[in-house]
Amino acid sequence: MADFDVIVVGAGYAGTVAAYELAKAGKSVLVVERGNYAGAKNMTGGRIYSHSLKKVFPNFEQDSPVERRITHERISLMDPEANFTIDFTSKALKQEGQDSYSVLSAVYDQWLAEQAENAGAEIIYGIPVEDLIMEGDSVKGVIAGEDSLTAEITILADGVNSLLTAKAVGAKKPKPSEIAVGVKELIELPSGVIEDRFLCNPGEGAAWLFAGDATHGHIGGGFMYTNKDSISLGLVATISDLVGATRPIYQMMEDFKKHPAVAPLVRGGKVVEYSGHMVSEGGYAMVPKLVTNGCMITGDAAMLCMNLGYCVRGMDFAVASGQMAAQAAIEALDAGSVDEASLHRYVDLLENSFVLRELKQYRRFPHFMESTTRIFKEYPAMVKEIMNSMFVVDGKPADPLKKKIMDPVKEVGVTTVLKDAMGGMKAL
Amino acid sequence: MIDPIDVNVDEKLSLNRYEVDEENAHIRLKDEAECPNFQEEFDKLVIACPAALYRRDEEGRPSFDYAGCLECGTCRIICGDTILDYWRYPGPTMGVEYRWG
Ligand SMILES: Cc1cc2nc3c(=O)[nH]c(=O)nc-3n(C[C@H](O)[C@H](O)[C@H](O)COP(=O)(O)OP(=O)(O)OC[C@H]3O[C@@H](n4cnc5c(N)ncnc54)[C@H](O)[C@@H]3O)c2cc1C
Ligand code: SF4
Repeated sequence: MADFDVIVVGAGYAGTVAAYELAKAGKSVLVVERGNYAGAKNMTGGRIYSHSLKKVFPNFEQDSPVERRITHERISLMDPEANFTIDFTSKALKQEGQDSYSVLSAVYDQWLAEQAENAGAEIIYGIPVEDLIMEGDSVKGVIAGEDSLTAEITILADGVNSLLTAKAVGAKKPKPSEIAVGVKELIELPSGVIEDRFLCNPGEGAAWLFAGDATHGHIGGGFMYTNKDSISLGLVATISDLVGATRPIYQMMEDFKKHPAVAPLVRGGKVVEYSGHMVSEGGYAMVPKLVTNGCMITGDAAMLCMNLGYCVRGMDFAVASGQMAAQAAIEALDAGSVDEASLHRYVDLLENSFVLRELKQYRRFPHFMESTTRIFKEYPAMVKEIMNSMFVVDGKPADPLKKKIMDPVKEVGVTTVLKDAMGGMKAL
Repeated sequence: MIDPIDVNVDEKLSLNRYEVDEENAHIRLKDEAECPNFQEEFDKLVIACPAALYRRDEEGRPSFDYAGCLECGTCRIICGDTILDYWRYPGPTMGVEYRWG
């Protein structure tokens, strides 16, 4: 007899949701988390899309510590001396079940962990799982600290920098081109100031992504999310491209914060935390084998994350995969078989849901981003030129609008622009 | 070449809570002499480590201090197979602790 029906490694979004569902179904569950509390080691952008969370916690909007409902979507093309922004707001963004909320991981993960514990899951904190107990190619439990703990099923929810998936399913270490490093500052400001600066109603907020000079022309971008009384400001940069930069990421972060389009938004704010975390960006091609005998891989550990430039998603994937792994585990335990074939039900569930469908649909996008570096330099400059020629009035006779627009486009090359636009369309 | 730096990252790190394991380094570099590409690889870490823990002094000598690590894993991805001797998570209850995340 194993010590537990299920051991979950990691108390992030995926692990806590899996543990909650399993405990609710009456299974014995142990979560092992290396942080001294859930979320202690975690950082996100970020905003969580509600659709998958709502399936687990139908009243999460009232019950959980979400920060603000995101009602403004902003995207900017940032040039060193200009910034072009699109601001979109819509009733559809506020509709229950398709809306999204800013969150802070260390706060939110603790709430999720509390739900799992209240449902009957046990969690031990402050101990990293160092190794897996293997019998042939079957996972039989974990080794943490002095203890060997056995389980019928082990769920790996240990995040993007998993040191365990290699042993469990032979996952390869991500390549620097498949992964980005993120850095973030949490900047405190009074909630009223945030609402005024971001043009939002009380309780509502903005998500804002920047391409271009945020990373000084390197692949990646800046982000800004409004929380209740703080702003999450940060950068994400693809590692393979970043290492060729002449400026370290922490200096890029500082430059971004001082950019004339950003500085007034965070003026007077107090920085209270500085964090770093990786984001998987390789898309579907990076997803490892998801099950083996006695083991399933969920969330970021399974690279279930998507960065489309205008939209970053990992939390809703983590929640859904945690829930589906729990469902597959419950069925397998009830049927008395936890081998790979039985647990393959988890993969079927993922394939029939948005998780693997969307990752497959967008599988060409990572390559498009990587090969279209003009998005980060030439296009912000082109847009700046067009806008300058439209809005700068200096008393000299003006060119016709067509020329104003076409001259900067010609500088990049008309066919190049068209090709990139087509390429982007196809990848999406 | 690395551009001039005008930001004090140590000040930012000091905002975080840490329990530093003074006895055990959770990340260790190999000996410079052992690695033919040491300098080139090290420079990548200087650029990409968000905590600025890989540094060069005025004479260009490399140094690394694991205290202050944000445990992001970036240096493992870049140099795990080259100039890093090992990369582990810090031991029980050790390392960085985010209050907000
Ligand atoms: C800068 C940045 C911006 C982002 N923005 C967004 C966004 O706006 N929207 C969005 O949806 N997603 C965003 N993401 C992605 C999102 O944060 C992740 O997809 C999500 O957190 C994954 O959840 P998870 O539960 O799989 O992993 P995590 O939340 O990383 O949890 C993994 C857990 O496992 C623990 N652990 C690891 N190893 C061990 C071990 N050996 N033993 C014990 N415990 C271990 C960790 O301490 C951690 O608690 C962003 C990510 C970053 C870095
Ligand atoms: S894990 Fe991240 S913060 Fe720590 S030394 Fe490596 S790159 Fe720097």
